Amino acid sequence: MGNGSTDTTYSRFQLTSLVALRMLIGWHLLYEGIAKILNPYWTSAGYLQASQGPFADWFVGLATNPARLGLVDALNKWGLILIGAALLLGSMTRLAAFFGTLLLLLYYLANPPLLGLESAIPAEGSYLFVNKVLIEMIAMLVLLFFPTSHLIGLDRLKLREHSNE
Amino acid sequence: MSEDQTDEMKSPEEFPEENTSIESSSSDDQLGRRPGWGRRELFRALASVPVFGALAYGVWRKTSSGDEKRRKIFEELGVTGDAPAVIPEAISNPPSEKLRLGVVGYGGRGQAVMRGAGFAPTEWTDRQAEAARRNPRNQTFDTWMGQHDLNLELTSVCDLFDVYAERGLSASTNSTRPGNREQQLAKRYRTYEELLDSGNVDLIICATPDHWHSRVTMAAAERGIHVYCEKCLTRTEQEAHEVIAAIREAGIVFQLGHQNRQNEAHMKAKEICEKNILGPITLVETTTNRNDPVGAWVYAIHPEANPQTIDWAQYEAASPNPTDFSAERFFRWRCWFDYGTGLAGDLLSHEYDAVNQILDLGIPASAVASGGVYFYKDGRDVPDTFQVVYEYPERNLTLIYSATLSNGRGRGKVLMGHDASMEVGNGVTVIAEGQSTRYEHLIDERVIDPSDPLLTYRPGFRGIDAVTTATEQYFASRGLLFTYRGGRRFDPTHLHVKEWVGAIRNGGTTSCNVDRAFEEAITCHMATESYLRGRKVTWDPVTKMIV
Repeated sequence: MGNGSTDTTYSRFQLTSLVALRMLIGWHLLYEGIAKILNPYWTSAGYLQASQGPFADWFVGLATNPARLGLVDALNKWGLILIGAALLLGSMTRLAAFFGTLLLLLYYLANPPLLGLESAIPAEGSYLFVNKVLIEMIAMLVLLFFPTSHLIGLDRLKLREHSNE
Repeated sequence: MSEDQTDEMKSPEEFPEENTSIESSSSDDQLGRRPGWGRRELFRALASVPVFGALAYGVWRKTSSGDEKRRKIFEELGVTGDAPAVIPEAISNPPSEKLRLGVVGYGGRGQAVMRGAGFAPTEWTDRQAEAARRNPRNQTFDTWMGQHDLNLELTSVCDLFDVYAERGLSASTNSTRPGNREQQLAKRYRTYEELLDSGNVDLIICATPDHWHSRVTMAAAERGIHVYCEKCLTRTEQEAHEVIAAIREAGIVFQLGHQNRQNEAHMKAKEICEKNILGPITLVETTTNRNDPVGAWVYAIHPEANPQTIDWAQYEAASPNPTDFSAERFFRWRCWFDYGTGLAGDLLSHEYDAVNQILDLGIPASAVASGGVYFYKDGRDVPDTFQVVYEYPERNLTLIYSATLSNGRGRGKVLMGHDASMEVGNGVTVIAEGQSTRYEHLIDERVIDPSDPLLTYRPGFRGIDAVTTATEQYFASRGLLFTYRGGRRFDPTHLHVKEWVGAIRNGGTTSCNVDRAFEEAITCHMATESYLRGRKVTWDPVTKMIV
């Protein structure tokens, strides 16, 4: 697990930027998760079915079995909510950033903007190798290695408790 | 948290990052006091909580305004949000007695309907099992094996082509089937009369070319044998009158092969029309666009087809213009009026029956048809481009059918009302009219946005489908290849056969019974007659004739 050292020194602007990045990514994922929970018809089947690229068979395979699809849907929804809430509130952010990176990597691999692949999923832009999922994934890595929750976030309460012991 | 991580979590006072300008309570500590919960300290720990609150508030606002809109729309429409389509259960009792099934005509469609009844030859089950292994998107085999076991025994097969007949016999003993039950080898009969006279069948599936439908069905009805007959009911108007009279007199359970009757989306569409959500409907547009040779009935000719393997004389016995042996005319019979009615009986019949299912239209007052053989100049005499306009003055409605076999543009099936339009395919989409009288106030209040669907209904939303060929895409988009029951995928043909078998066992009627079949046949024949006579034709409800 990323050993983002907590002894990193941040300038005021560095800390502000990192915390803002953490909260915005947290907001984004949390709302994505909530929106899926609120929509009773949501399923990842369409996204998985439209999978392209070298791992397409694996992703499509996930959607073909109803039980497996149910598990994937639940993991996705609750994963987004837990990761999002953790980043937003600043609690267990390393764990959250680690799994967040993994989740975004899966999204990227399911539909990579590779040469010669015309994605069936409408995108709001044109991409070549790099898309917004990949950028958010790398931003998540930044959060993993530049932690801030012990400074701004609920983790700070925990530190207080430790220091009180 | 692992131990070393906990160790890393040093108290903020130990961090040398305090060059950030956010002050900590370290000054307190430096004074030797216990670390406390200073206001600044709490502020740092809980800084993101207000952001979290803002998100929660935003979600609440967004969903409650969405809920309010939905509530208003549903209130206006008189429907509930989760109102499911009414799905009639085909067989209410478990099958308690075995019925003996015969098949007359085991070609392409015959094999498909027989799969709906639970029988397939080993070459098909092997091929589909392999296809499913190779491509996880392919659900054909799983869907088939998941069908209900209808407790039928395939006892009798009649086909004029030896290869197909042998295939039918192979299907009878193939235990790879829904229910996995083994059964005896079926018997082959050379003629349908021998099959019907054998005393070996209670019910038959008739999937011959159209020119044989009425003869086979009438002969079965006379013997009290129940019939599932493929569309179009007959080749001519005269045959339609005769076969309908025979079925009514015999009182057998009859089902015409319009499996769209089992489509969940069509049931939902009917519900929407019954609630008058579209307002007065004045125009219904139905279409066929296909653009591949198979879609234009240029089917493969089996390599073993020859005068020795095909009983050509019997095939031609029901044709108005018998010719010498022609494998093309045997396998591609849909291209000639001698055997069928082309687009009218083959594809318009599906479109019409779907609209008849949704709107209970019945027979139109008049029909005008035109078209021609514009693309497939392969010797066929049925048009490959065909347009029909039907008038229903009593319903204040025009029904249009527009077809080409040389363009694949998806045009769908659209019902146009004064207040909304509805597109029906494998799902249903209703879009409000900008100039609707009924929804005017909701559009003004911005509760309804005419650029967004007012209602959408997608059966079997939670699953994925794979269709392979262009012609399959065409059928799938019309809900003719698969539909759903309780989220489970089914072949509608299976549900259609099941409904028929259920009515034989438990009484009741079928959804495409003799009355619907008559309406279908006459409506299709009005289009054909108009095309062949080169003028408008009308239906005389008194003499019950096309004039």
